[in-house]
Amino acid sequence: MGYTGPLADKDRIFTNLYGFQEPWLKAARQRGDWDDTKALFAIGQDAIIDKIKASGLRGRGGAGFPTGMKWSFMPKEPKPGKPNFLVINADESEPGSCKDREIIRHDPHKLIEGALVAGYAMRCRAAYIYIRGEFILETEVLRRAVAEAYEAGLIGKNACGTGYDFDLFVHRGAGAYICGEEMAMLESLEGKQGKPRLKPPFPAGAGLYGCPTTVNNVESIAVTPTILRRSPEWFASIGNPKNEGTKLFQISGHVNCPCTVEESMGISFRELIDRHAGGIRGGWDNLLAVIPGGSSVPLVPAAQIMDAPMDFDGLKALGSGLGTAAVIVMDKSTDIVRAISRISYFYKHESCGQCTPCREGTGWMWRMMERLREGDAEVQDIDKLLDVTKQVEGHTICALGDAAAWPIQGLVRHFRPELERRIAERAGRQLLEAAE
Amino acid sequence: MPKVTVDGIELEVPQGATVLQACELAGKEIPRFCYHERLSIAGNCRMCLVEVAPGPPKPQASCALPAADGQTIRTDTPMVKKAREGVMEFLLINHPLDCPICDQGGECDLQDQAVAYGRSGSRFEENKRAIDDKYMGPVIKTSMTRCIQCTRCIRFSSEVAGVDEIGMLYRGEDSQITSYLEHAVGGELAGNLADVCPVGALLQKPQSFESRPWELRKVPGIDVMDAVGSNIRLDVRQRQVMRILPRINEEVNEEWISDKTRHHVDALVRNRLDRPWVREKGKLKEASWTEALELFAGKLKAAGSKVAAIAGDLLDAETMYAARRLLEGQGSSLLEGRQTGLTYDTSSLSAVAFNSTIAGIESADVVLLVGSNIRWEAPLIATRVRKIARKGGKVLAIGPEVDLGMKVEWLGDDLKLLGKLPKAVKDAFANAERPAVIVGGGALAAGAQGASLALVDSLGLIKDGWNGYNVLHFSASRMAGLILGYAQNGGIADLEAASPELLLLLGADEVAADRFKGAYKVYIGHHGDNGARQADLVLPGAAYAEKHGTYVNTEGRVQRGEKAAFPPGEAREDWAILRAVSELAGEKLPFDSFAQLRARMVKEFPQLGREGLIGLEWSPPKLTAKAEGPIRYPIADFFLTNAICRNSPTMQRCSEELVRGVTFKEAAE
Repeated sequence: MGYTGPLADKDRIFTNLYGFQEPWLKAARQRGDWDDTKALFAIGQDAIIDKIKASGLRGRGGAGFPTGMKWSFMPKEPKPGKPNFLVINADESEPGSCKDREIIRHDPHKLIEGALVAGYAMRCRAAYIYIRGEFILETEVLRRAVAEAYEAGLIGKNACGTGYDFDLFVHRGAGAYICGEEMAMLESLEGKQGKPRLKPPFPAGAGLYGCPTTVNNVESIAVTPTILRRSPEWFASIGNPKNEGTKLFQISGHVNCPCTVEESMGISFRELIDRHAGGIRGGWDNLLAVIPGGSSVPLVPAAQIMDAPMDFDGLKALGSGLGTAAVIVMDKSTDIVRAISRISYFYKHESCGQCTPCREGTGWMWRMMERLREGDAEVQDIDKLLDVTKQVEGHTICALGDAAAWPIQGLVRHFRPELERRIAERAGRQLLEAAE
Repeated sequence: MPKVTVDGIELEVPQGATVLQACELAGKEIPRFCYHERLSIAGNCRMCLVEVAPGPPKPQASCALPAADGQTIRTDTPMVKKAREGVMEFLLINHPLDCPICDQGGECDLQDQAVAYGRSGSRFEENKRAIDDKYMGPVIKTSMTRCIQCTRCIRFSSEVAGVDEIGMLYRGEDSQITSYLEHAVGGELAGNLADVCPVGALLQKPQSFESRPWELRKVPGIDVMDAVGSNIRLDVRQRQVMRILPRINEEVNEEWISDKTRHHVDALVRNRLDRPWVREKGKLKEASWTEALELFAGKLKAAGSKVAAIAGDLLDAETMYAARRLLEGQGSSLLEGRQTGLTYDTSSLSAVAFNSTIAGIESADVVLLVGSNIRWEAPLIATRVRKIARKGGKVLAIGPEVDLGMKVEWLGDDLKLLGKLPKAVKDAFANAERPAVIVGGGALAAGAQGASLALVDSLGLIKDGWNGYNVLHFSASRMAGLILGYAQNGGIADLEAASPELLLLLGADEVAADRFKGAYKVYIGHHGDNGARQADLVLPGAAYAEKHGTYVNTEGRVQRGEKAAFPPGEAREDWAILRAVSELAGEKLPFDSFAQLRARMVKEFPQLGREGLIGLEWSPPKLTAKAEGPIRYPIADFFLTNAICRNSPTMQRCSEELVRGVTFKEAAE
């Protein structure tokens, strides 16, 4: 059982999160990156995977799947002509999420070194970093950092003098949210439309170009070298059991100082906001609701979230999730129905259109949300909407259908009286108008 | 073999089967839209959801899930029912309810499955989506608002037809299926797009608003447009064949047919010969049957043994047999069917047959096409060869380069290559388990029969249980004609040399009849085309859809088609005309009904009596292996190869747009 914050400065992994220092190789080396990477190789491929397993690191992209276990699915001896690949998901498009961007533009060498070490552990021949199309400056920084690493012999042929050949490619996306889904990302990397593939086969069996592939989030990869250097036990000593380590929280919305901050998992919401975000705008009594993990998780009303632990299992207990830890804070000035309706519009707009429930359901849900916003509906329409979200959830190829359904389910679960009030008010208004 | 349980029924399923197939084996119907047995799996319609344990606690798409040992599959739980209802509701919210004016009505998957698996009412109160119709060419009519984005058409065109011309634009609920820049969809198999479309989004353009499926009588037939012998279904209303659809035959055409096979149907009621015509002073004049037959009989008596007969490409075996008997009675054996003057050796039928069989060619791993534009000569064998290329097999070709819709290595267009194949080719054949050569019409015309037969030994085409030597014909009557003796050693030149006094043109429209100066030409056929134009006496016969008939396809498969309608006007079935004239001429043919005719034929040629492969013994003739000179493909225009399709407005339009590249205003809009 570790401590759940506040995170001590000595335990921070991302020491240049705010860009106070240069992102380039020289400064990165001063911060401890690329420090005797060869020694990390000496740990051994399977031992690295075991250490990551022991650290309890869970995928930072949102689903929270144990990273070490994911790595262990990769073939130990790649077949000739079928090399292993590592794909790093930097297509950070989740509304509210802005952590990978900070890593890439201020600490790219953490990511590159992580890619090398993780790639080595999984016997990967190369890694692809799929970066979001809108991240233009970040792509430039990343490309320059990769070029620096190549020039310094850190990656490429005989990477870091270890005799291991490892290439790293930066691929810029075209700005589609769905390309952040791992299977759609592989399709997009291959030059096709970003439409998720069916599972099975899973990417560890047949992924990029039909070769074994692992797709990891930027943050999961970037923390790897530090975990190996400082020991998995250190990493596991932070946070609650099964929710270990540090995490970048991205606090946005109605707080006094929105920010991205590295904190220990399991820190309470109140402490996170008070310590790093300057408190809620208008004080804690003014808090209405919080979306704790990016737009695709259900919202949590103020009373439940205030003292909740911010980690995977703590938020799951509240019927929500940690997601990418993009904390969207809404105070009482928020039109909560409109906010969720806007999220519904986002999912309608970003649905790839491949499978039926998502293609047809997201548009229908958004249109019903728009009517509910005005109260232009019947009370039973709320149940109909809830039923439609249930028809989408769990019936689609990828998780976008679930992501579109959950925010609405959260709204109906916690704010049904608000929806009914709007319907009743509008009905009353119309009755008055008719009487005039 | 994995053992699974479907709704309590335990069964073993083949290795590699999907859960959907397992359910079907257990006799459970699984609704589906995007899944199609012959296309890759998309898994996007989500209609085939079932409950599978072990697995996540949500319904799984059965079409994409491999069946595994110990699975328990449920198709009848409330969860499955609700999932199907949900998906069906989503499919219907943006689908127009215009079934009363939709040509798919009555044979629509969406309609049927909505009744079986949908809810009874609608909960959708928003506006429905509408999508602009797309231009897809002369045979496909679109109504894209009806589209349910199952992507079967995309997969069909790229996987089976070999033309990557259909795709999906935009995303989410704005997704639209379209052809590339709204150009006409090329290829010869576009009509199948409407067959694979589960709704009324893609329809047969030539048959728009013509009939309803429940009004039609369905008659099984055999296609005569090429030598594949595709199995077809003739849909008839009253006296008219309204449309042609494929029948499933795994051995021949799977479930596809070419556009020519499907859409020549409008010619069956156009430009037909419906009464006898006699040429007087250079002009054809109407005549009665009595006059015409007496004239014919008189000429027949006068000619004695100086009678010759040329069989057309579309003839059935029975007509050819009847004509053979008629000429035998006259003491003549001047029979020929190779109208364009081909002279290849026919002493052994196995040396001019498609020996691998059409279904068997799929298992070949290296194929060499010699002078065959296979896509035009036999589109449905081209789909099989395309499968080889897709599986990673090698397809090589000698001949002028054309787009075959698959990856082909072109070696050159000179026949000399047959004698000195590049080493890489020889190695590929040496390493192949099932090597095959397909000799097309272009090679036969250029005299490459001997040289290609020499490849049998030099490339090792014959192995245990495998004969890789194939000749590809493209006339439906060819193989039956060769069996019935419609071949002279010197081809049609032999007939010319015999200078017959009476020439019988049995639906022969491709022959240059002015070669036979001085001969009285009698044409028995169904369309006012080249043959009728050159004839002195025109007798109206029946098209293939209007008579029973036996056909033998290029692999030597005997198949029988049924009579679907009656010939128009005074036209009669061909055998009946020959029987009538024989009586007038004094040499009565020994049959009074079609059944008797067929029985006679089968007695004399027992191989025509049993449907299925004849089973040819491999006995190649000894021929000189020398061949040189460039290859030219015999078919200049896929859509206009015979009298029927030349008279079809749809085929004319296809030819103009797809072969000659004329742009139409409608297309440009």
